[in-house]
Amino acid sequence: MSVGFVMLVHEALHRAEEVARHYAQHGCPVVIHVDKRVHKDEYLSFVDSLSDLTTVKFSKRHSCEWGTWSLVAASQDASEMMLKSFSDVRHVYLSSGSCLPLRPVRELIQYLAARPMTNFIESVTTEDVPWTVGGLDAERFTLRFPFSWKRHRKLFDRYVALQRRFGFKRQIPDGLVPHLGSQWWCLTRQTLSAILEDPDRKVYDAYFRKVWIPDESYYQTLVRLYSNNIESRSLTLSKFDYQGKPHIFYDDHLQLLRRSDCFVARKIWHKADRLYSTFLNSNINPMQGAEPNPGKIDRIFSKAVERRIMGREGLYMQSRQPAHGKGHGKTSAPYSIFEGFSDLFEDFDQWLAQAVGARVHGHLFGPEGVEFSGNQKIFAGAMSNHAELRDYNPCGFLTSLIWNTRGERQCFMFGPRDNQEINWLVAMDPNAQISVISGAWAVALFRSNMNFSSIRREAARLQKIEAEHLEVLRSQHVKARVRIWTMADFIESRLEPLQSIIDEIGPRNVRRLTEAPRMRDLTGFGQFLQNLKNQGMHPHLMGDFPMEPDIENTQRNRKKPYLVK
Amino acid sequence: MKWWKIYRLRLRRKLALWRAFRARRQLSIHQDNTSQIKKGDVLLVCTLRNERIRLPYFMKYYRELGVKHFLFVDNDSDDGSREYLTGAADVSIWHTTASYRNSLFGVYWMNWIARKYCHDHWTLTVDVDEFFVFPFCDTRPIPALTDWLDNSGIRSFSAMLIDMYPKGPIDAQPYKEGQDPMEIAQWFDSGNYMLSTNYEYQNLWIQGGPRARLFFSDDPYNAPSLNKIPLVRWHKDYAYMHSTHMLLPRGLNHVYETEGGEKASGVLMHAKFLNTFVQKTEEELQRRQHYAGSREYLAYHNRIKDDPELWCNWSEKYINWRQLEILGLMSKGNWA
Repeated sequence: MSVGFVMLVHEALHRAEEVARHYAQHGCPVVIHVDKRVHKDEYLSFVDSLSDLTTVKFSKRHSCEWGTWSLVAASQDASEMMLKSFSDVRHVYLSSGSCLPLRPVRELIQYLAARPMTNFIESVTTEDVPWTVGGLDAERFTLRFPFSWKRHRKLFDRYVALQRRFGFKRQIPDGLVPHLGSQWWCLTRQTLSAILEDPDRKVYDAYFRKVWIPDESYYQTLVRLYSNNIESRSLTLSKFDYQGKPHIFYDDHLQLLRRSDCFVARKIWHKADRLYSTFLNSNINPMQGAEPNPGKIDRIFSKAVERRIMGREGLYMQSRQPAHGKGHGKTSAPYSIFEGFSDLFEDFDQWLAQAVGARVHGHLFGPEGVEFSGNQKIFAGAMSNHAELRDYNPCGFLTSLIWNTRGERQCFMFGPRDNQEINWLVAMDPNAQISVISGAWAVALFRSNMNFSSIRREAARLQKIEAEHLEVLRSQHVKARVRIWTMADFIESRLEPLQSIIDEIGPRNVRRLTEAPRMRDLTGFGQFLQNLKNQGMHPHLMGDFPMEPDIENTQRNRKKPYLVK
Repeated sequence: MKWWKIYRLRLRRKLALWRAFRARRQLSIHQDNTSQIKKGDVLLVCTLRNERIRLPYFMKYYRELGVKHFLFVDNDSDDGSREYLTGAADVSIWHTTASYRNSLFGVYWMNWIARKYCHDHWTLTVDVDEFFVFPFCDTRPIPALTDWLDNSGIRSFSAMLIDMYPKGPIDAQPYKEGQDPMEIAQWFDSGNYMLSTNYEYQNLWIQGGPRARLFFSDDPYNAPSLNKIPLVRWHKDYAYMHSTHMLLPRGLNHVYETEGGEKASGVLMHAKFLNTFVQKTEEELQRRQHYAGSREYLAYHNRIKDDPELWCNWSEKYINWRQLEILGLMSKGNWA
């Protein structure tokens, strides 16, 4: 009682030779199918190199192309030869030239001897298969595929589309229920011979000849007719990436493969010398457990596929540049934008830094330069504070900053004097928390030492910019968390809005705010607005600001002290 | 894209190939070992001038990574670079006295060499101060990468330029022959790169790093380009257009994913800022053979008097490729 290996080989023949020799020397007969596309000289020297082994045979050569019937035909011929030539073989193991046994062959023989009637073949109904390429699962069995997917992709796709459009369907032969699975199986003599000697084999072969990727469905479907003793899993460890191509193992996977406890792994890079020398050295038994356990390898490869498909959120780099509206996030972490707060309050950034424990910057997009926290000239990731560099690509500047400071929340001030190019980026970004006190920029003008005519001009300009900005923030496409108050409303109830903003930034911060930031002296601000109005400008973003200076004062006095609790 | 624009690009590619063909006359063969090139070998194409001191480590680095043959264009070195390379069995050398500037900074020469000798080979086009780093490069050689790229149906591989620099003045530690330049130039900027898309060639345009930060802070548009596509499964109809920043046909420039995922990519560590750079600057100011009237050298020269330190508090010290991966400068993609 033993296991025989059928090997399908098309490249790296010297590695196939090593592996075949390894099997043969451990008492397992081998039948090798070499792709007809391999050059004759190469083939002959390959045959020659194994001529000293009597239990290694070569089957009739087919020209093999991925996704076509030729691979099934090759395995059929080789399997027939195996069953005929080696009568003591009980299990037939289908493997490829780039498969490598990870555990001693002895252990595989014992494992199979303990399960003499079990067929190891992954066989899943089409409804339950998540891993098909090009969205073809059930349609593999009902459409025709006369064109090569690799060489004539356009024809392939168009013909599929045509058949779909006209609702064309092939008849599946009676009694067959389509199943799919890994093409690397291990079947018992009883089951395999039943498949190969079936009187209806001609019908089935004729049908599967035009099925798409029949090597993943031929045995997987037919085995259901002849055996009830099916373990629906492959003994070969083989992982596929998102394009349906097998992941390749290298020398640095040695420890992973050792701990996997799998019998055979595919596919091994043909120059992975350390893997071949370790696993083909029969003196070493690296495996401990009895049952295969490829969990860790699974995780690594599924992470790789995820990185390829989703990528790291908020990262823009040489090989990831999501187009507009693509990718699931615009930035990598939540951040807060405060507009008007630093105009209204004295030392607002210091107060905020204490209240939330985040990194608080000044006006990052200010016209004079980038105000990084602590007035640093250079910040995380070696970002420069030069306005020209920032304005060269303001959106990139912001996304880089957020990416560079992963793990630390960023807050910054913003206003109508700043570069407005980031408007749509932040408005559409779910990571942005934007709080606006509209019209507060006027406080800076009010306190400035400019001529009133220039103040009036500047006020008109800033009001226009902020109005446009607010329009963006109020558009229906906004994904950011936006809060907007007019200056007058905000002053009415200072603490509540601040409390809600800060609660949102740091949920851990359960303490209630005890101290509001100190508001600037607004005595005469109402009159200032009135003066602007008198000059023919209409300052509307501040809300209804009380004009009388005495109300101004009483309000201010009443608000003291700032302790509320 | 409109058909005439596509056709214009085709003409441009043909023109580049024609210029490469014309430039063949400027190259005289000094050592021809190209008969040693075997099917499937990874090749390296390099243009150099007076790089004698850097060559020993350069050769060692790339031989260990699995480059099988080196194709050098020597632009009239007089420091013994050519003599040093002569005799190595895996090196072929062409010599030229023609102008570097007039050959579009060596592009015509490289295109010609690549067209003639690199067809159907994975070809790495780098300068002597550029060191290719890719995912798993500490455990896997370049052929592992190229086999995987072949397997995945990918023809070109991106590796952006990262400027490396020492801490302190750049001429403080003299570079010794055979030394790993990254022992001196250990530092780099980890996150100040600016990306935009070039719609015509559909490549990414990357600028930034210490050169933009220090020498081009008032003129970022003219800051040096850092995007590079140095590793290509070459076909004789391909052509580099500007250095190795972009190629035609445009499909080769699609090294970035636009649907949200990450493609695999590497990095070229640019060990330009060693003490040798100061000498080069002096020389280039005389020769004016480099890009855009050597404005980069000029900018550096103007700054050298006051503050030649590229290092800053936020500079990152180089450890390995995994660090670059985590920082988001390169990606493993779906290679695992």
